[in-house]
Amino acid sequence: MCLAIPGQVIEIVDDANRLAKVDVAGVRRNVSIGLLDGEDGGVVPGDWVLIHVGFAISKVDEEEARATRDLLVRMGADYEQELEELKASVIE
Amino acid sequence: MRFVDEFRDPELGRALSGEILSLVEPGRHYKLMEVCGGHTHSIYKYGIDDLLPANVELVHGPGCPVCVIPMGRVDDGIAIAHQDGVIFTCFGDMMRVPGSSGSLLDAKAAGADIRMVYSPLDALRIAKHNPERQVVFFAIGFETTAPSTALTLKRARAEHLPNFSVMCSHVTIVPPVRALLESPDLRLDGFIGPGHVSTVVGARPFEFIPADYGRPVVISGFEPLDILQSIEMILRQLAAGRCEVENQYKRVVPYEGNLRALEVMAEVFELRPHFEWRGLGFISHSGLKLTEAYAELDAEARFSVPGVRVADPKACQCGEVLKGVIKPWECKVFGTACTPERPIGTCMVSSEGACAAYYNFGRFAREREVV
Ligand code: SF4
Repeated sequence: MCLAIPGQVIEIVDDANRLAKVDVAGVRRNVSIGLLDGEDGGVVPGDWVLIHVGFAISKVDEEEARATRDLLVRMGADYEQELEELKASVIE
Repeated sequence: MRFVDEFRDPELGRALSGEILSLVEPGRHYKLMEVCGGHTHSIYKYGIDDLLPANVELVHGPGCPVCVIPMGRVDDGIAIAHQDGVIFTCFGDMMRVPGSSGSLLDAKAAGADIRMVYSPLDALRIAKHNPERQVVFFAIGFETTAPSTALTLKRARAEHLPNFSVMCSHVTIVPPVRALLESPDLRLDGFIGPGHVSTVVGARPFEFIPADYGRPVVISGFEPLDILQSIEMILRQLAAGRCEVENQYKRVVPYEGNLRALEVMAEVFELRPHFEWRGLGFISHSGLKLTEAYAELDAEARFSVPGVRVADPKACQCGEVLKGVIKPWECKVFGTACTPERPIGTCMVSSEGACAAYYNFGRFAREREVV
């Protein structure tokens, strides 16, 4: 649970509850973008974010997102477990 | 320098370790603490210790959220989980943390309905889909995680969900760091500041470290190069007689933090007068509980919990590990009675815990030293 993993925002799926669909290494799930409201206009599709326990906690640029993903991939089992847990997540 | 070759920019890695060598005074011993478990993990994984001069020592700090949960809290969680009609939810890492008579995983095997969730919002969904059951979320974590629980609680309250509550065991990062600085058994020269916590709290809360204790802090990213560069920045401050908070992880951490997250936290949580930390004992104003406005969503109030304080097992030296007084392998049960499969202490449970990180990666480093 300690990892923050990078993903790209695909679409806003529930504007009232501030939920967006993100793509994390091909896994598409809903996360909350409510913690980034107000940060220079909030989150829009195409943005890259760091995701922690189902919430986007900071915006990053694409290069940083890719570098972070490379680092996580090299971490191996922990990242895989995090992805498995994300896969099991159904936020609505 | 086998490990540098795995870095994103091996040249820079070599240059940084050369820089570090030129900054240390021979004969002086440097103790730097990395506060965050994520850094501990990277340090062991990439053998960063091995790239440093022998007189620069890295000490692992208390920043692993799972490792600091005391046994009594686990027991309270299990007590709630065993009540009729309860679905108890928690993060996967929390399942194996030992309480005084087993872990949540053991309680699940004994028949309690305990479910692992990825997010507090998953727990909220379970509550909506099971209106006849009481759903409790065991909330743990530092300021990285607390805003997520806060936002979930705001939604639960707005939607008037009667069957959702939170057992709040969130903690804050500054009080344990201050406690360590006050601790007589430890003399630290500088801090590698936590990366993800700082995306929320920013750099400002760490200003007391240089101001009150005269020690430098560098907030650091998680790549091996980030950590190496942060060490170089700390040593540069020390060499120049400077001490301040610097931000190596500017590309992710704004100096002010995430104002929206701080606002939500302030609305939902308040500080407990004191909170018990595994191995560190009670630290005042270090834990969060729900404010009056959210009291009805507080699982501790909804279910009577035993709230008994349980002393750590005798064999366990997690406190000393969390304070950086001993290295993981110096604990008497390390790798024998205590392993990631059968942990005695919490530092062995999460992969961010110093003992587990060392168990998984560090042994190779030590074998290298031997050959
Ligand atoms: S080896 Fe086990 S008991 Fe010893 S300090 Fe580490 S986690 Fe605690």
